[in-house]
Amino acid sequence: MAVMTYADAAKTTLAEEMRRDPLVWCLGEDLGRGGVFGQYKGLPEEFGPQRISDAPISEAAILGAAVGAAMTGTRPVVEMRFADFALCAVDELVNQAAKARYMFGGQTKVPLVVREPMGMWRSSAAQHSQSLESWYTHIPGLVVVCPATPHDNRGLLKTAIRSDDPVVYMEHKNLWALEGEVPDGDPIPFGVARIARAGTDVTIVSWSATVHAATEAAESLASEGIEAEVIDLRTLWPWDKRAVFASVEKTGRLIVAHESVQVGGFGAEVAATVADALFGKLKAPVKRLGSPRVPIAYAPPLEDMLRVTPAKIAEMARTLVQQ
Amino acid sequence: MRNRTGRATRQMTQGETMARAATKSPSRASSATSATKRSTRSTKTAKATADVPSNEALVGYYKQMLVIRRFEEKAGQLYGMGLIGGFCHLYIGQEAVVVGMQAAIGEGDTVVTSYRDHGHMLACGMEARGVMAELTGRIGGYSKGKGGSMHMFSREKNFFGGHGIVGAQVPIGTGLGFRHKYQKTDRVSLTYLGDGAVNQGQVYESFNMAALWKLPVIFIIENNKYGMGTSVQRAAAGPSLAERGHAYGIPGEEVDGMSVLAVKAAGEKAVKHCRAGKGPFILEMKTYRYRGHSMSDPAKYRTKEELNKMRQEHDPIDNLRRVLMEQGVAEDALKKVDREIKDLITDAADFAQQSPEPDPSELWTDILVDA
Ligand SMILES: Cc1ncc(C[n+]2csc(CCOP(=O)(O)OP(=O)(O)O)c2C)c(N)n1
Ligand SMILES: [Mg+2]
Repeated sequence: MAVMTYADAAKTTLAEEMRRDPLVWCLGEDLGRGGVFGQYKGLPEEFGPQRISDAPISEAAILGAAVGAAMTGTRPVVEMRFADFALCAVDELVNQAAKARYMFGGQTKVPLVVREPMGMWRSSAAQHSQSLESWYTHIPGLVVVCPATPHDNRGLLKTAIRSDDPVVYMEHKNLWALEGEVPDGDPIPFGVARIARAGTDVTIVSWSATVHAATEAAESLASEGIEAEVIDLRTLWPWDKRAVFASVEKTGRLIVAHESVQVGGFGAEVAATVADALFGKLKAPVKRLGSPRVPIAYAPPLEDMLRVTPAKIAEMARTLVQQ
Repeated sequence: MRNRTGRATRQMTQGETMARAATKSPSRASSATSATKRSTRSTKTAKATADVPSNEALVGYYKQMLVIRRFEEKAGQLYGMGLIGGFCHLYIGQEAVVVGMQAAIGEGDTVVTSYRDHGHMLACGMEARGVMAELTGRIGGYSKGKGGSMHMFSREKNFFGGHGIVGAQVPIGTGLGFRHKYQKTDRVSLTYLGDGAVNQGQVYESFNMAALWKLPVIFIIENNKYGMGTSVQRAAAGPSLAERGHAYGIPGEEVDGMSVLAVKAAGEKAVKHCRAGKGPFILEMKTYRYRGHSMSDPAKYRTKEELNKMRQEHDPIDNLRRVLMEQGVAEDALKKVDREIKDLITDAADFAQQSPEPDPSELWTDILVDA
């Protein structure tokens, strides 16, 4: 078992998949020099300029071309490098990739991975910091993946590349350097959550970087005698309802915590689903914790106010447990 | 208007803007240095710009370019000290482009650009203090610290941002041109974009609309040879970016973007074309950025020789300084300019460090107008 960064875990996996399947190829801006976060380093040398295609700044054409190439049997991995830039290609993703199979009566498939690094990255400001995963969960025909650990960034990327459906694959920019154990081994299936920490008093559901804030919160709560269970959803569509229900049945309390704007966030979907299914088993109201509905500010003190921190999560958990 | 920089400022009404637009003010050309030298400008500047600029005008350009250079050097230092964070794209090497274009336009003409915007803002007459304080994320910055390096704006100076999504400013600039025509003014929209941005689709949607509706838009392609780490040759098909409007019938010219006088002359031609109602114009400025793409870029994709050659043989400021000496401008006069600029930049940096961080209550303002 190797210790790797989140970025290297993805890179290693991508290289393995490209060696395994000659139909897997990548395209995106600045890939020729290994990607802006180094997440393609060494790949241009190994696979050459056609399989690691260094594209001009043309997000709409990059994604649209990938849809065409995917429909005809190749497996493109598209790099959008910031989720914010992918908005230039949202038509290609939402109107084309997501709907082709359905509209055409199942005659085609779009095996496409769209990598969209997301999230706050110190002082990157309003157009380089967004977490827009909930937008894509709203779109039938898309799979949405948000890995939180190096291990998951290996196993989930493997599954994404092998999937026959369009996958929006959202890595968190603040996690690139995170190190962790990465077992060789099998792909991680979509729709299977990970219990990041077991507990009995309150369930905290999260994904992406916020999982780490939730785990930190759980550790500080433990020192006060509150045992929180932290669930990392890993994939938002499909999402692991069974794991969440099983946990909330046990704890009777639920917090959904995510970095993205709370209003209309995927937390609302989880909260409503749990409230509906487990109404009689809840000991306290279901709670959400996300960013206020404010564009992301540049100045550090304002940016910090937007963050879902371990302290905020712990505070909410304390309040719930007292109820 | 909120007082950002310790001096009273006031938002001009639309009427005032139009009135001032009617009488082309000479003050635009040297407005970057307004904080120190408001009084040195005279009407001679504008008259002289018609043909061979007067020594006074030349010194003005020199000064504006040097303000930008020194400002950017200081910003680089403050970044190194951790006082500026996030993305910060310096304009060093490209100064002649904005200064030359600014010398070719007048009051009421508008400017919009990308994230590499500090030089454009200073050339538009925005104050060094307010720009620097935005970089440090302080309340005295043009966006109260909320926007940072890439996102500033000044209605008063007709600067419409500061846009972080590559290509996004191009349709916006087209809309600024639409407004100039709609309001029956003869004002023009200076719409800047990079050699990388020319590959975005909305650029061509904009070219078509601007040509179709004969909008007064000058698309200024700042070809600094690289879009991040990708050279123009590796990203752009076709022989010349200036010709990219050919299919729409938009005239285009390649310009020596390292020469403020060449830029000014080309700018004047394009402005004349637009003001005459003939529609858009494309200027491809051949220029060069000396620093990396942003502060985190070591620029390993190009050689030291390439950089050194540009700096030694084509530096826009050194070149103009040489012209000034040939024209008999005393070295002392230039030294005085250097000193003034040093003071201006020191003052801006001090202000940017002393201005308070935004109050937490600012998080909740400026989101919607009415709610
Ligand atoms: C839509 C979009 N795609 C990609 C980026 C990332 N990016 C920022 S600057 C840049 C290069 C742009 O180069 P160019 O247009 O030549 O301008 P320059 O930086 O040289 O001034 C890229 C790719 C972005 N900000 N927005
Ligand atoms: Mg460029």
